[in-house]
Amino acid sequence: MARRWTNDLTLSDVTPKQAYLNRRQLIGAAGAMSLIGGAAAAATDETLEPNTFEEITSYNNFYEFGTGKTDPADHAHQLTIAPWSIRIDGLVDTPGDYAADDIIAQMDIEERIYRLRCVEAWSMVIPWQGFELADLLALAGPKPEARFVEFQTLLRPEEMPGQKFPILDWPYIEGLRIDEAMHPLTIMATGIYDEPMPKQNGAPMRLVVPWKYGFKSIKSIVRITLTDTQPRTTWNKAAAAEYGFYANVNPNVSHPRWRQDTERRVGGGLFSSRIDTLMFNGYDEVAGLYDGMDLEQNF
Amino acid sequence: MTAAQRVNVWVRKVPSWAVYILGAMIPVWYFWLAVSGQMGVEPINALERALGLLAMQTLVVVLAVTPLRRWTGISLVSHRRALGLLAFFYVCCHLAVWLLLDVQDPGRAWADIVKRPYITIGMAGFVLLLPLAATSNDRALRKLGPVRWRRVHTLTYVICVLGAVHYVMVQKVWEIEPLVYLALVLALVATRLPRLRRRAAA
Repeated sequence: MARRWTNDLTLSDVTPKQAYLNRRQLIGAAGAMSLIGGAAAAATDETLEPNTFEEITSYNNFYEFGTGKTDPADHAHQLTIAPWSIRIDGLVDTPGDYAADDIIAQMDIEERIYRLRCVEAWSMVIPWQGFELADLLALAGPKPEARFVEFQTLLRPEEMPGQKFPILDWPYIEGLRIDEAMHPLTIMATGIYDEPMPKQNGAPMRLVVPWKYGFKSIKSIVRITLTDTQPRTTWNKAAAAEYGFYANVNPNVSHPRWRQDTERRVGGGLFSSRIDTLMFNGYDEVAGLYDGMDLEQNF
Repeated sequence: MTAAQRVNVWVRKVPSWAVYILGAMIPVWYFWLAVSGQMGVEPINALERALGLLAMQTLVVVLAVTPLRRWTGISLVSHRRALGLLAFFYVCCHLAVWLLLDVQDPGRAWADIVKRPYITIGMAGFVLLLPLAATSNDRALRKLGPVRWRRVHTLTYVICVLGAVHYVMVQKVWEIEPLVYLALVLALVATRLPRLRRRAAA
């Protein structure tokens, strides 16, 4: 029972493979031309053209592989992703280890072209393949008293060199309220551009919550626990004043490090303009989840 | 002739105009890499960081000139002014990329300078560099006299610490590389403490 949400971006918005492989060279050339011509306007206009495969896979925050943006692309090849299973436990009827292959075989895989907005004020448009998280949770049967969902990334320092340094409290933990987790926009992504999920993007399976800052969309998940208490999430533990539990994209709530009212779409080159950030990253259909909540307080 | 003296002969043979020109080429080269797509898919951030790191490294070299001479006999003093002015130039480039390409709006930039401590500290370092750059010439040296000139240029120590603290604070977590730079700067400044204390007492 999937397809409860319809894309406002469709397959026709996906760049054909040949074009996405070539686009960066074109941008590079265009940038050079505009430099020679003295014009500083290689900026892209606000269209929802998805980012190229290269952009999506070479500019990542995945601190398990290092804090640099290219560290994940450089080091993620060390990660072994087969066999892989996800333990679903806590307040569920049938807790257990679910093999990733079995999960994927049972799910209705669909395309979701989502905007991704990082708390660092950059963004991308990504054509994910995946299934609704609600369908995965249904396999284990959440009990009525489950109020939150906690997610955990793999802890394997020998394959994830970033975990050798205590820069964050490993393993990485994220969490959602149960209604957020069950929302049809929330997916477990298994691929990009019809390729299996690249390791630097969170293979084999990662969460995608498009109305929240990217750090909520936890990668390479090995455990999902349903609980009745709000999970203590990694970035919130590291700096509570900077990273709230909700972390909804909100142009009106400034972050101590980055103002959040504008963002830069990756791929626009050296002269790319900032664009306005949208409330809930443009996904207004989730606004009802937060009726009556002070979103400045619950940032 | 000792090894250090041989090195010094070689160092003195390098004309300072060559240091200025080669040094000034580095940001131009970075800019070319960024504009031609060779600095990754988000070149604004990459260029900003590359220039900041270059400035930090140059400041560390400037700080190392005196201890290097004292401990090894190797003297880069003849190029210290060029290195200092290049560090100032790199900081200007770093600031220009932040203002013009990254923030893209003077009002927002000012709001960031006032509101965000890591930017305030970086900006303070830049402001303190201005009198040093303005007096890095023979005329200013003659006008101020060596004693006052040297007193003005002890600001270098403050600037380097501010720069390193800015670098540490820019990161979201305690990263090793910026902490190494901060430790280097503090160690190099510490080598001056006995002399500074003596001068203060005199």
